[in-house]
Amino acid sequence: MGKVFAFHGGIHPPENKKQSTRTPIAIAPIPEVLTVPIQQHIGIPAKVLVNVGDQVLKGQMIAAAEGRISASVHAPTSGKVVDISMQPVPHASGLSAQCVVIETDDQEQWSDTQGLADYTALSKPELIDFIRDKGIAGMGGAGFPTDVKLHLGDDHIVNTLIINAAECEPYITADDMLMRERADRIVRGIEVIHHLLKPHHVVIGIEDNKAHAIRVLEEQLKGHPLNIDIVVVPTKYPSGGEKQLIKLLTGVEVPSGGIPADVGIVCQNVGTAAAISDAVFDGKPLISRIVTITGDAARKPQNFEALIGTPFDTLLEAADVDRNALSRLVCGGPMMGFTINDGSIPVIKTSNCVIAATADEMPPAPPAQACIRCGMCEQVCPAELLPQQLHWFAKSRELDKAKHHNLFDCIECGACAYVCPSSIPLVQYYRFAKSEIRNEEAEQRKAELAKQRFEARLARQEQEKLEKEARRKARAADAAKAQAQKAAAPVSQPASSEDELKKLKTAAAVARTKLKKAQTALDKAKADGGDDIAQLDLQFQQAQQASDKAAAALASAEAGQTDAVKPAVDTKQLKTAAAVARTKLKKAEKALASAEEKGQDDLDALRATVKELTQKADAAQQALEQADSGTSAPAVPDTKQLKTAAAVARTKLKKAQSALALAQEQGADNADELAKTVAELEAKAATAQAAFDAAESGSSSAQPQDKTADLQADVDKAKQTLEKAQKALTAAQASGSPAVDKMRAGVEKLEKKYQDAVTALQAVKGSTEKPAAEPELDLKALKQTVSIMRTKLKKAEKALAEAPDDAALADEVARLTQSHDEAKQAFEAGEAKQIEQAAAQGVDLKQLKIDAAMARAAVTKIERAIKKASEQDSDLRELETELVGAQQHADKLNTTLSQFE
Amino acid sequence: MSTVVIAICVLLGLAAVFGIILGYAAVKFKVEGNPIVDQIDGLLPQTQCGQCGYPGCRPYAEAIANGDAINKCPPGGQSTVEALADLLDVEAVPLDAVEETVKKVAYIREDECIGCTKCIQACPVDAILGAAKQMHTVITAECTGCDLCVEPCPVDCIDMLPLETTLNNWKWDAPRPGIELIATDAGRGTEQRGAA
Ligand code: SF4
Ligand code: SF4
Ligand code: SF4
Ligand code: SF4
Repeated sequence: MGKVFAFHGGIHPPENKKQSTRTPIAIAPIPEVLTVPIQQHIGIPAKVLVNVGDQVLKGQMIAAAEGRISASVHAPTSGKVVDISMQPVPHASGLSAQCVVIETDDQEQWSDTQGLADYTALSKPELIDFIRDKGIAGMGGAGFPTDVKLHLGDDHIVNTLIINAAECEPYITADDMLMRERADRIVRGIEVIHHLLKPHHVVIGIEDNKAHAIRVLEEQLKGHPLNIDIVVVPTKYPSGGEKQLIKLLTGVEVPSGGIPADVGIVCQNVGTAAAISDAVFDGKPLISRIVTITGDAARKPQNFEALIGTPFDTLLEAADVDRNALSRLVCGGPMMGFTINDGSIPVIKTSNCVIAATADEMPPAPPAQACIRCGMCEQVCPAELLPQQLHWFAKSRELDKAKHHNLFDCIECGACAYVCPSSIPLVQYYRFAKSEIRNEEAEQRKAELAKQRFEARLARQEQEKLEKEARRKARAADAAKAQAQKAAAPVSQPASSEDELKKLKTAAAVARTKLKKAQTALDKAKADGGDDIAQLDLQFQQAQQASDKAAAALASAEAGQTDAVKPAVDTKQLKTAAAVARTKLKKAEKALASAEEKGQDDLDALRATVKELTQKADAAQQALEQADSGTSAPAVPDTKQLKTAAAVARTKLKKAQSALALAQEQGADNADELAKTVAELEAKAATAQAAFDAAESGSSSAQPQDKTADLQADVDKAKQTLEKAQKALTAAQASGSPAVDKMRAGVEKLEKKYQDAVTALQAVKGSTEKPAAEPELDLKALKQTVSIMRTKLKKAEKALAEAPDDAALADEVARLTQSHDEAKQAFEAGEAKQIEQAAAQGVDLKQLKIDAAMARAAVTKIERAIKKASEQDSDLRELETELVGAQQHADKLNTTLSQFE
Repeated sequence: MSTVVIAICVLLGLAAVFGIILGYAAVKFKVEGNPIVDQIDGLLPQTQCGQCGYPGCRPYAEAIANGDAINKCPPGGQSTVEALADLLDVEAVPLDAVEETVKKVAYIREDECIGCTKCIQACPVDAILGAAKQMHTVITAECTGCDLCVEPCPVDCIDMLPLETTLNNWKWDAPRPGIELIATDAGRGTEQRGAA
């Protein structure tokens, strides 16, 4: 037997417990409809697992625990789910909550639930999960999920397990009756809890007004292997409060805001212990509990074992409640319970008592009067608070101050209100203040969350903006680069590299000069024996380094350039090679000639060499020609070169001829061969000459093109002047200036000049572009003329419209109309002729035009594709060949087309 | 004479010592940012509704710190005005709007939503979930009830519904103050006589 300590305060209200302990626990009738709330515990509501219309079996889980602090809910009996909706639940607010409504079928068909044969075989977490699955929540009143408390052994050292059997609140006898009738289950439950928490000792705290229960328990514990003590505490309300009971049994105070486990203690209610026993040994989930129905209005006050979800009305009927006498229905005890107005509210896991009170028994609270500061409340407060101060603070909404006065340590026991001579509803004030504070805190949390989310959003938007900007910049940079490349690639790059090269060359030359100078200076100084040799030496070395560097840079640049403009260099190289070959050939020929003159005997060998060299030279020349045609095919062939080539060929020919003649004279036997060579050379010379002629004619035909450009410029100029003059003229006409006539004359002169220029241009164009068909007019020019005429005509017409009486203008319009028509006719005739001509050759000009345009489009398309592909580094060869094909096609079409235009 | 000199020396010495300590403390414990703005921001409801004329609560907090009126936040209500007045030690002025007493949250009538995502862009706290051409919905727990999403919705399918009272957010009412009676009030005397 442990020593009993004392807690501060407490009261002794009338117990009223005897009424309901006279008869044993009765089994409550099963109602037709059970209303099972899915939240009967503190924490997160369970998640419904069934649907309306489902058939459920007794003990089947209908809602599963969600989250850490939660408890599952089971079907109290077999039946059918008829509704899942908001139903009134036992709560001080009188609000409704989500409930599963089950229509019972009186079958009481169990789902196959099975207890554990040996619970010690399971690991602790498994065992706790098993208990959690049975939906057990504290049966003392708060309904805290039991499995959470059973986990306390994990992170706390639990010395003492306290089994709360005090049941201090008046009227309630549910635990008392349970202990009297089912002590064995309680003890077995304690064993399970003991196994899980491994405390040093177990104390059952029980008030001395339950003598019967104490006797039964003692009997049950006789010879029990575990260290279980029964400590009888004096009856005083609220000894059953967790903290108060701990203080009573151990003398330890649980710190404010802490939990008992912080001081090594865990409390469990006897009802919970019994429920754990049921769950572990029988596999029975928490689907029923013992409820006291008492009060003066109940004619048969007693305890019932009622299924969870049973409406209070069913129990009231079973207890034969006098409806007429009934004035108040209180759920819970008279001190901490709350009034309910609806008999259909169901029994839940935490309902321990329903008091059907008469008006005499629980009269309405008298009106509150002013606090007289008697201090009685402070004397009875088991939490050692200052109820009066808390009251003031709550009343004036000084919630912070109330909080600082440990409002949250108030267990809402109602002792202070019970003793208050002014009948102030103190507990209500505390409840109000607490919920206000909680609400404020919740709002604060929400505000904090909102703030975080708002800031996160702002940050995200900022980030997105930056990213977009960066992307945009990157795109712009890419585009600029691409453009720069495009612009630089064909023109500026070689030019710049050439410039560079030139610069480098100069630099290298300068460096070399400097080096030389330095050397001379050094030499001189050395020779003179001057004393600044060391310095000069240094200078010389520096100069040498610089020169080396410049030379290296030049060399690398040159190498780079050769890479860049390979074909050009190739031709150069080839040229040199050809030249070298030719020189060698000449030398050999000379040697041969001299040898022949001298009649030497190694003639054959020499001849062979000459032949070889000739071949080589030919090959080199050929390669050169090929390269030339390859690189500069579209360009106009260099006439000068060709001329030289032709001249060379001729000289060679002559030489060969003279050699032949000589040989023939001397009667040498290689005359035949020589003759052959001469013939060859003759042919070569002829081709060279021909090539030269062709090139010359080409370039001479190119010359008039310059002339056309000049003429075109002339025409443009004339046109501009003319237009200006015309404008001035119209302006003058509009303003009726007297100089109009003069101006008109000037304009006409200009027009004539312009016409002259145009005709000259046309003539030149005609002669250059169509030397064969000279009389044919240039269509383009004609078109231009027509459009010019049209513009003029329109202008004149406009002017005429403005000044309809002007005879001169009218004349001019007529004249212009005529010339316009003429020009148009000429143009149309020309066009028709062109088409005809084309048709004569079997070509549809229009179709040709379209085809050419399409071919051009195809080329650009492929070009673009190549560009894209090169950006992606994919295989280009195919595309390139395609491009070449398309280009050829387009070129062909274009040339055909240009023939006709 | 020497006592005077000693006194002056001691005082000067003390002044120097404290000056050094204070100077050091000023550097060492320098507060980053503007703490008053944070405090004001802490008092504002963080609805981010912009009814104060600023794009959110923090900008308004900054404005208050720079001397703007403290009574511009309707969601905060008079209690916020008072709290701000308390913090800033100024006169509490009445709120310049009608106080919003009922907390509301947005609710999207989901079968009418066309999935235009306009509301998502309007929500200052990212409390709306959805994707283009998909039905949208409000995360009630995150919604501050700021109203900003209602207007942009082209099909007007967003309602502001008062926040439902559940068992978890239900509040106890304040007890009615005791009936203030005087002894001669009718009824009172009879009651007392009956009790006696
Ligand atoms: S209700 Fe609170 S303040 Fe009043 S006696 Fe009980 S614990 Fe103390
Ligand atoms: S009115 Fe109030 S809640 Fe709305 S943004 Fe301004 S400070 Fe925030
Ligand atoms: S969902 Fe609508 S009312 Fe709610 S916070 Fe977002 S924008 Fe405001
Ligand atoms: S604004 Fe309206 S229609 Fe558009 S996504 Fe939001 S709720 Fe849907």
